[in-house]
Amino acid sequence: MRFAPRALIGYSPGVHPLPIDDAIVAECRARAGRVADGVHQFIDEHTTVSIERTVLRAYGVDGADESGVPLVNRCVERIVAAKMIGRGAASLIAAQMLSGAKDPQEAAERIAFGSGDLPAITHSSAQLAAALAPFTKAAIVRIDEARRTREQSRARLGTGPTPWKYLIVATGNIYDDAEQARAAAQAGADIIAVIRSTAQSLIDYVPYGATTEGFGGTWATQENFKIVRAALDEEQEKLGRYLMQVNYSSGLCMPEIAYLGAVERLDMLLNDAMYGILFRDINPRRTLCDQYFSRRIIARAGIIINTGEDNYLTTADAVDSAHTVIASQFINEAFARMAGLPDQQMGLGHAFEIDKGIEDSFLMEMAQAQLVRQIFPKHPIKWMPSTKHKSGDIFWSHRVDGLFDLVGVATEQSIELLGMMTESIHTPLLQDRFVALKGADYVFNAARHFSEELLWNPQGRVVARAKQVLSEAHALLGDVEKEGMWSAIARGAFADVKRPELGGRGLAGVIEKSADYLNPILDALEETP
Amino acid sequence: MKVRAYGDRRDDGRIQLSFTLPVAASAKAKEAARQFCEKLGLKNVLVATMEKAGRDFSFFVAYGNSDVALEYDSISVPEVTVPTWDFKEINKIIKEKIGRKVVVVGACTGSDAHTVGIDAIINMKGFAGDKGLEAYPWIDAHNLGAQVDNITLLARAQELHADAVLVSQVMTQRDLHLENSSQLIEIARKNNQRGLLFLLGGPRIDHKLGLELGYDAGFGPGTKPSEVASYIVDVLVKRKRKGEGKK
Repeated sequence: MRFAPRALIGYSPGVHPLPIDDAIVAECRARAGRVADGVHQFIDEHTTVSIERTVLRAYGVDGADESGVPLVNRCVERIVAAKMIGRGAASLIAAQMLSGAKDPQEAAERIAFGSGDLPAITHSSAQLAAALAPFTKAAIVRIDEARRTREQSRARLGTGPTPWKYLIVATGNIYDDAEQARAAAQAGADIIAVIRSTAQSLIDYVPYGATTEGFGGTWATQENFKIVRAALDEEQEKLGRYLMQVNYSSGLCMPEIAYLGAVERLDMLLNDAMYGILFRDINPRRTLCDQYFSRRIIARAGIIINTGEDNYLTTADAVDSAHTVIASQFINEAFARMAGLPDQQMGLGHAFEIDKGIEDSFLMEMAQAQLVRQIFPKHPIKWMPSTKHKSGDIFWSHRVDGLFDLVGVATEQSIELLGMMTESIHTPLLQDRFVALKGADYVFNAARHFSEELLWNPQGRVVARAKQVLSEAHALLGDVEKEGMWSAIARGAFADVKRPELGGRGLAGVIEKSADYLNPILDALEETP
Repeated sequence: MKVRAYGDRRDDGRIQLSFTLPVAASAKAKEAARQFCEKLGLKNVLVATMEKAGRDFSFFVAYGNSDVALEYDSISVPEVTVPTWDFKEINKIIKEKIGRKVVVVGACTGSDAHTVGIDAIINMKGFAGDKGLEAYPWIDAHNLGAQVDNITLLARAQELHADAVLVSQVMTQRDLHLENSSQLIEIARKNNQRGLLFLLGGPRIDHKLGLELGYDAGFGPGTKPSEVASYIVDVLVKRKRKGEGKK
């Protein structure tokens, strides 16, 4: 069944807005912008081991040693040990090439497997950059070509109507994932996310090759990305509908995964300026540096980010902390804009997480969803299902998902991660996904043009709730601006989680750039209009 | 007393089930589903629906009558016996009968990154209107968060002179959570930390499983912070009475 064409992404002008004060929205945006500005000098002055590994990957450095440690890790570790990482891995690669290595791969091998001290760099920055110039250009072309291939398939086949139906597979075995991804697509899914193995965000390298064992998910590797993309490429031709693939540019390898996602044609990446800090206890400095470089790549690649504000409501209360979601969305937007990401690539997240026992919880959910839709009009908003207030009663949970679907379509959310009636029991079985898709299709179809019929009662509960949440977000952004980003995160302003600036994992991997730091990949990405 | 499943009339044994077969939907697939149910021991099988769940997958909802009858009185399940004390009573009992703060350390262990359960029990806010352990003036509660390894958790418990250790295991794939949970008890035994109270919680945990894995108690979904607090305090008071108090 096909429906009347609708705006694929974003807020269609026919929808009636909530009567909120646009001046408050503008001020929230300005405050968030100043919050991001406040840490940007730090970001500009620092690099991280994962940023440097990404630079090596962009130069084509590939492979792993006999114990499975990626060459990019071996190489960066040696540069760190030589206390030369402040100059940027690119400087050392270029220096090796100027003394005979034929390409960055050979240069990286010489560095990684050499012994004794690394030779001092005698060339000027201009000479070093010139030695890398053809490889720098090739790195950017590789990202651009992957983007073009994706855009061509997508234009040729078209996508389903929004909300796009986003489904998760998580078997641990990439070949099973590919099969389940196809089955989900056949049953109607538009987007397939392969959940990562649970601890992957905390390991400081990207595993190598195809994998068949994981914990609660499947390892994100370049080869695994390829396997799923190949399955979707084949399946989308049979279905005549473009299929989207998602993975996670988060954790300690955020920029590396962004690069792998860019060249393997992923469509979306979970990527959040604060998620790793709050929920994985990754050091705040590390994440803020990593998110910037990863988003520069993502912007160039035309990938949609998915931010993780939905998670706030699993640790904090969804009624009391609704404003923290809005405030964080403004902050994520400010950081994304700083990295050159257009609004059309910002899939800001939020969730249907209010306690189902509360009277009028549905009205509060409508207020929040409409508010988010309205203040981020061009953004492909990601709408997440209830997870906290679900039970082993799958029949009840299925009904909760029905109301969730109704809010999703009525407020024109762009991307909907379908709720699972078996949430909190197990990772979804094939039949769980089928039942979720069938239910969502019914609700989306039955309420397809519901948004056009909705007029908000100016004296009603929905409008009052939306105004209250916006005003609280405005106040919170004022506080965060005053105290600064580091202090706000340290005192638990978001998700009730406190993360000190010097705590958490990965701080040792944050390095101050020296005056002659070289990163031609970043320079090229920053030139992107 | 014999019990059978109750559908519409006593002892009719009527049950419902749903499942997927990896075959395309067809009359043959539907018959396969019926035979599958019969092999499960069901009678009067009705395959209520067959849906195409993919090119080579069919989804079924089926009903059937089961002859299975259980001797209900012979079933024994260890249940945690928890006094039903509320927030005020628990604080009062600690103050009067223990006379010092009760120290509790909790974490999601191993690779588990899902803190919903441990947060609901420990964090101030609590769960379903029941305040979390952090809110108790007479409980000193420490939530170490997610992905804490067993050795770190036990070391923290030692440092803080904990009375009880709460372990939450939400994520589960191929029984990994079981292995990790029992490993904690092994290490505690080697460390001579068995004087601590060990509590295991999670959506797939019950008291029986908790005991099997070597814990003092297991708590399933829907457990409230006050139940956990009551259990800990009750055991500590009883131990103190017997003179086993470790402090």
